[in-house]
Amino acid sequence: MAKKSPWPLIAMALWLAALALTPVLLGNYEVRIAISIAMFTALALSWNIIGGFTGYPSFSTAAFYGIGCYVGALAQRSGVPAALAWLAAAAFVGGVSFVLGAIVLRLKGHYFAIGSIALVDISRLVVSSWGEVTGGGNGLNVPLLQGRPPEVSALVLYVMLGIVAAAFLANVITDRSRLGFGLRCIEQNEDAADMVGIDTTRYKIAAYVLSAVFPGAVGAVYASWVGYIDPTDSFDIVMTVQVPVMAMLGGAGTLLGPVVGAVAFTLLEEVFWANFLEWNRAIMGAIVVALIFFLPGGILKLDWRAILYRRPRRNAAERKAG
Amino acid sequence: MTAILELQNVSRAFGGIKAVNDVSFKLEKGEIVALIGPNGAGKTTLVNAITGVHTPTAGKVLFEGGDVTKQKPFQAARRGLARTFQIVQPFPKMTVLENVAASALFGGHPESLAEAHEHAARELDFVGLGHVAQSPAASLTLPNRKRLELAKSLAMSPKVLLLDEVNAGLNATEIDGALDLIRRIAARGVSILIIEHLMKVVLSLSSRVLVLHHGELIAEGPPQEMVHDRKVIEAYLGPKFAERFQKEMAGA
Repeated sequence: MAKKSPWPLIAMALWLAALALTPVLLGNYEVRIAISIAMFTALALSWNIIGGFTGYPSFSTAAFYGIGCYVGALAQRSGVPAALAWLAAAAFVGGVSFVLGAIVLRLKGHYFAIGSIALVDISRLVVSSWGEVTGGGNGLNVPLLQGRPPEVSALVLYVMLGIVAAAFLANVITDRSRLGFGLRCIEQNEDAADMVGIDTTRYKIAAYVLSAVFPGAVGAVYASWVGYIDPTDSFDIVMTVQVPVMAMLGGAGTLLGPVVGAVAFTLLEEVFWANFLEWNRAIMGAIVVALIFFLPGGILKLDWRAILYRRPRRNAAERKAG
Repeated sequence: MTAILELQNVSRAFGGIKAVNDVSFKLEKGEIVALIGPNGAGKTTLVNAITGVHTPTAGKVLFEGGDVTKQKPFQAARRGLARTFQIVQPFPKMTVLENVAASALFGGHPESLAEAHEHAARELDFVGLGHVAQSPAASLTLPNRKRLELAKSLAMSPKVLLLDEVNAGLNATEIDGALDLIRRIAARGVSILIIEHLMKVVLSLSSRVLVLHHGELIAEGPPQEMVHDRKVIEAYLGPKFAERFQKEMAGA
């Protein structure tokens, strides 16, 4: 295989450093946006492993995230320190995804997509009906993090950035390892992958679990940050659609695609929320449609050179014709 | 001498349809056996039953003396029981070399990724695709895709190779090339079961022919005999023509 370029790693390190500087250089509003960006970057990078490398259109992100919210919250309420609760949430969600993956990964294509959406709704229903433990529709209060608000935001941002870094490393390692090679084979032709000796079930489950642990952690950290969670917010069907859109916007199956996509999408959404309060969902919908038609490979797959040099070339062609 | 691959009363039913019914045969080490039969006879289903794509509903598959009836396709591949597909199945976005390296890496037993690539490059040269190693698999012509399928199976260092119509859709010159290639594969000591419609291939390659009809094995023997076997002609052309054909043969 060709030697992999170090540039994605360098670019990512610089970008993480830039985000980490926001609490020092900018105000609360910018820090809040940086946290959103970090959160969605982690989610999109996680999705990339199952949706991008493996080509399984998973819509279970919100299920992993929501279960993470609740496990983190419940652990903290029973006295577990915040950091441990976050790790516990990641581990628990990993376990859940292992069991669920063994079931839903038998499905392929559209069927898998529908099955994975169902997981979100089933988790939500379980959490809202199991009132004694989860507080049902009333939601749960989560012990707040100690410190002044700016310090808390900075802490949350750093933890989120840590998760982003971990998720990105998981992508890099997957991309360069035997696992990633096998997953790419599955993405392109699952029957053939089976026939060349890849244990497709095991590989798919590994990818699914990798795509679950980071959202679990993100959910738990988020719960600690906002201090209150409820079923509708935690198992948000919109999030489950947004995350794949982000990854595809940047370029699914690439290392930096989900990062670029998450930034672009979060900033666009921020602009639309601020300026077109009533129309923002419609605009988002239009973006999704445009994305499918004009950018099926994502921003990173665009032939930037061709776009930048199109004008000179066309002029040259006209001159030739004339 | 023990058979490298043996089927004992293998059946595979889909609901009420018995696509493969009570088939038994042995493939000896180093042998080339042809499997023929009219369309829909169950030839591909039989290959699928052997490689674990469809687990047999009854009967046993023995590979090197061990029972492998319940194996999964990836286990078959790792054991050295490789196959090609009638409809070629490349990984379209990967290069030709990567396609073969995937087989070498997962189906063979290489020490490292680098070794898998070296092995892949050797197999590509063997099948005559060395010059397109860096092209995407999707850009290959049909004959070259068939060769790629062969290279992918060979990269797994198979002991038995099941070839499902590797010559379908090729022209006469291309078939000669393919014949030569299959002979060279057999010379490496690989036992081959070849599904074929082209009698030229069957007659020139195989030492033995199995004839499948409606999922059942109706005849077995040397190729020259099978061509004149009444049951075989009936299976392909119907009883009326078989009768006429035999009269003409007797008259001639």
